[in-house]
Amino acid sequence: MLKKILSLFIILIPINAFALIEVDITRGNLNPLPLAVSPLSIDETSRKSFEKILKKDNIGSEISIIVENNLRISGLFNPLDKKAFLQAPDIANLKPRFEDWNLIKAQALITGKVNYVDDKLRVEFRLWDVLAAKEMMALAFTTVPSNWRRVGHIISDKVYERLTGEKGYFDTRIIYVSEEGPKTQRIKKLAIMDQDGANNKFLTLGNELVLTPRFNPTSQMVTYLSYFKNMPRVYLLDIETGTQEVVGDFPGMTFAPRFSPDGKKIIMSFAKDGKSDIYTMDLENRIVEKITNHPSIDTSPSYSPDGKYITFNSDRSGYQQIYVMKNDGTDVKRISFGNGLYGTPVWSPRGDLIAFTKLHKGKFYIGVMRTDGSGERLLTENYYQEAPSWSPNGRVLIFYRETKTNAKGEGFSAKLWSIDLTGYNERQIKTSTDASDPSWSSLLSN
Amino acid sequence: MRLSKIFKNTLLVLTACLVLSACATKKEVATTDSIKGQMQGDVYTGTDTVEYLADGVPDRVFFATNESILTTASRETLRAQAAWLRKNPSINVVLEGHADERGTREYNLALGERRANAAKDYLMTYGISSDRITVLSYGKERPVDSGSNPLAWSKNRRSVTVKAN
Repeated sequence: MLKKILSLFIILIPINAFALIEVDITRGNLNPLPLAVSPLSIDETSRKSFEKILKKDNIGSEISIIVENNLRISGLFNPLDKKAFLQAPDIANLKPRFEDWNLIKAQALITGKVNYVDDKLRVEFRLWDVLAAKEMMALAFTTVPSNWRRVGHIISDKVYERLTGEKGYFDTRIIYVSEEGPKTQRIKKLAIMDQDGANNKFLTLGNELVLTPRFNPTSQMVTYLSYFKNMPRVYLLDIETGTQEVVGDFPGMTFAPRFSPDGKKIIMSFAKDGKSDIYTMDLENRIVEKITNHPSIDTSPSYSPDGKYITFNSDRSGYQQIYVMKNDGTDVKRISFGNGLYGTPVWSPRGDLIAFTKLHKGKFYIGVMRTDGSGERLLTENYYQEAPSWSPNGRVLIFYRETKTNAKGEGFSAKLWSIDLTGYNERQIKTSTDASDPSWSSLLSN
Repeated sequence: MRLSKIFKNTLLVLTACLVLSACATKKEVATTDSIKGQMQGDVYTGTDTVEYLADGVPDRVFFATNESILTTASRETLRAQAAWLRKNPSINVVLEGHADERGTREYNLALGERRANAAKDYLMTYGISSDRITVLSYGKERPVDSGSNPLAWSKNRRSVTVKAN
């Protein structure tokens, strides 16, 4: 299944030239943009073919539901109730009656068509500017039928990009740690799922403790911490082949791994004799470099997107604070100066911000600051939450939150949450088990 | 105006709201009297979770929040462990270092390692060879008490000496 997803090919063909009309929504306000997602139309023969293959009554509707959910969850769009639609999907896709869509206050309209062509799924969709009565975009995809969910995500990304001017983040996956069992003896497994929670799959069996998985830039490899044979070491997992290998096999504990932005190195902490320092390992020639050298705890390293800088967490000042240094370990500068403790710095894919966890007066915050430490903003406060990971467009952070137990020590749970960079649109991401340590992939299709 | 511009304006407004609302944080609930008998400062001094390697040889020592300094009681425990290890030269041990849940996962892994090493260093000054000691940090992954209160956290900040063979 995973192999199929990774080796899939999707052909994107512009049906005709992009309309260049800009959406004029100066009449709009700060509310989400109302838009209509008309179910993708499907002819009866195609419908029956897909019903047989995918066990879905109407794949056209299913795909449009994915688009609708993605756009709603982004917090930027308000998909309108289908019951109010006046025009049939097939006719709307040919030529919308804009006055009808205007009547239900849709400012944008998505229409489309699904066909069964040579055992493949062919989907075309159009984005319409209702007020200007113009087509804004038209694209067609052909892929294997089992990729139908991804088609929905790709359409969502295209619409998001056309309407906001920024890349989307829907055709992505989340790797995380699935948790079960009592708090004192948690069973943890690596798991992977689509960004919307679908296609969940476990990657390890739970025989050993696993923590902190992170994708490489192409999202095909994962680096994580495993307690295999009770020796906490950094590992590398190829998601496609399932091959695992140890990369941080030093005489001590290696932990807190991340890839460099070019995917060629792993940066991690190595703890020995009560000191934790930051090291890199080149994955091709296995050359190890020591980046920090300090009797303190230096951990949670994260590269800037250009690879020139590293942000990390150190208690060299006495308490956990965030630092930035050059990629060779020189020019170390502390950047966090607010009240409280700071940890888990992660550089934004846009390069301009660092997300972090802050602990202050018994509360945990997820926040962001500029890379020089200025402009600190706390996005969310809770009893316990940490470990933010950026969406590939740098607009959303995913993290995990744990609940306080009652007097008997019961009621513990760990869940994934996301929040927009604005501090708005906080949501729980549903998982089949408890979950922690999420890491967001890059866009799978570009 | 382009839609993207509107979104950016939205961001600015929301940002301003956040900065204003972020200032209000609540005070930590005070430690209750019933807990005080089992803690000194915030170091656990009770015996609830303690097991014994041999008669009079407790298996664990406890730490203050964010600290890896050995208390007087901890040093006494470790001296007893060192004496027991000298008497049983064939026994090797694993020192398992732990942290409470009130910290970030990765920092806690390092902190657990530092605590176990504090215990290891002390055993070594009392004549135990480093060959006989393995250090293993669990960070906040293996609490003994699943409570979300200062007493539970104090029991979880520990280094436990476990027989390896």
